[in-house]
Amino acid sequence: MRVFGLNRRIVRALLGSQYAHMLEYRAEIALWALSGVLPFIMLSLWSGSDARSQLGLDGVALDRYFLSAFLVRQFSVVWMVYAFEEDALLGRLSPYLLQPLHPLWRYVASHLGEQLTRLPFAAGIAGVFFLIQPQAFWIPSLAGFLLAWLATWMAFAITFLLQSLIASLCFWSEKATALERLLFLPFLFFSGLLAPLTAFPPAVQEWVRWTPFPYLIDFPARVLSGDPVNLAAGFAAQLAWVALLLPLVLVLWRAGVRRYSAMGA
Amino acid sequence: MGRYWRTLRRFWGTALATQLEYQLNVLVELLAVALSLGGSLLLLSLFFGPGRELGGWNWNQALIVQGFYTVFDGMTTAWLRPNLGAIVTYVREGTLDFVLLKPIDSQFWVSLRTFAPAGLSEVVLGLGLAGWGAHQSGVVLTPVVLVTVLLMLMVAALILYSLWFLIAATSIWFVKTWNATEVLRALLASGRYPLEAYPAPLRLLFTLVLPVAFLTTVPAEVLLGRASLPLLALGFVLAGVFFAAARGFWLFALRHYTSASS
Repeated sequence: MRVFGLNRRIVRALLGSQYAHMLEYRAEIALWALSGVLPFIMLSLWSGSDARSQLGLDGVALDRYFLSAFLVRQFSVVWMVYAFEEDALLGRLSPYLLQPLHPLWRYVASHLGEQLTRLPFAAGIAGVFFLIQPQAFWIPSLAGFLLAWLATWMAFAITFLLQSLIASLCFWSEKATALERLLFLPFLFFSGLLAPLTAFPPAVQEWVRWTPFPYLIDFPARVLSGDPVNLAAGFAAQLAWVALLLPLVLVLWRAGVRRYSAMGA
Repeated sequence: MGRYWRTLRRFWGTALATQLEYQLNVLVELLAVALSLGGSLLLLSLFFGPGRELGGWNWNQALIVQGFYTVFDGMTTAWLRPNLGAIVTYVREGTLDFVLLKPIDSQFWVSLRTFAPAGLSEVVLGLGLAGWGAHQSGVVLTPVVLVTVLLMLMVAALILYSLWFLIAATSIWFVKTWNATEVLRALLASGRYPLEAYPAPLRLLFTLVLPVAFLTTVPAEVLLGRASLPLLALGFVLAGVFFAAARGFWLFALRHYTSASS
């Protein structure tokens, strides 16, 4: 039986092959993991700054917040637009479209494969962090960990849908990566990667809450680090964004594919 | 020498012509530059407030640092990323062989082949921001200060280029490290803020190992008239060492490069 075009055999084959593919490029993935050091740079800056008091995170809470932000980012990175643009430009997309499986699943599988490959590197970096800051060490409760995992996975889903939306525009314009940059900038500043959301002036916070960005890093990171956080509101917002984006992506994708075949593919 | 100069003009002329064909793209790039600077300033402002400083630097002084960072970010976008990021592609597709066969220095070719004009807008904005910050801090620009700042900016550019080149050249071995340079980019982001804002071990790291300090903090200090002579000398030495290392490493890498056919 197929659910969304998937059954157990397809899932296993997709994940298995993509994981094997990712394992071949371990050096690259280690470097990518390392390129996520930004939260640590910001942590060293915030913890030495006079402005720390306005964050509402005292003691080791700040260390834990930024480590969690690092981890959440590691497992919600999406580079779908870049892969898709290349596939579309080089014509690799056409055979994928012929298969009786939605091509987006292929990208989902390769991201999940990458996350699995990334796990040891991310754990290693977290280990080094605890060696330097032993007082910040903590083990989240099982329930807390599962909730954080779910929240991170939802963050991944939202990011993936946002990028798929931009990637679908590839059918109309070849330069989707330029648009992706415009999406990345508000993500960078308002997701909580560089500063916890509480650092911003109340008016900005109020406004940012209506965008998907704080639910991509800030919310999952707070769940993981054990900060008091409104779980129901956070998950509701994440679900709402998935529910809003998913139909949009599917509609735009279908229109795009129709246009793509009209061009003779 | 004249040949290199003429080649360079050709390279950049064609790059400009190609870019201008994508007008919408240029607009998107300009919008991205504006958003990026706006976001950076918002983030920087979070560290300041009544009676608050960042590592002993006040808002106007920190603006100079942010301005110089923007200049070098623009330089990265305009020049380093398009050229050095492509080395991986040459290796992977075997076209590095063609570069090596050309009667022109291969490092010159891979380093200066093209440029992205969108980055220039960032350079201009950054210079403007640094100038504004200096003006607000009451800096009087004497010819000596101006010449020293320009010299230090050139030292910084040389350091930045050498660092990028060193990392980009490793792609001769690790063919698929698409963006080994992304790690560098992430680390260089630390140059957005004055060096004194970081804890001591990081300060040492950012001065000697990964000399981010010389990109932004040192030129800003020169502008504010409080840079020490030994530090400036260290900058020159480091630039020389890093450039020599980049050159040596490239020649070493080429000896180990087995072309697509062999």
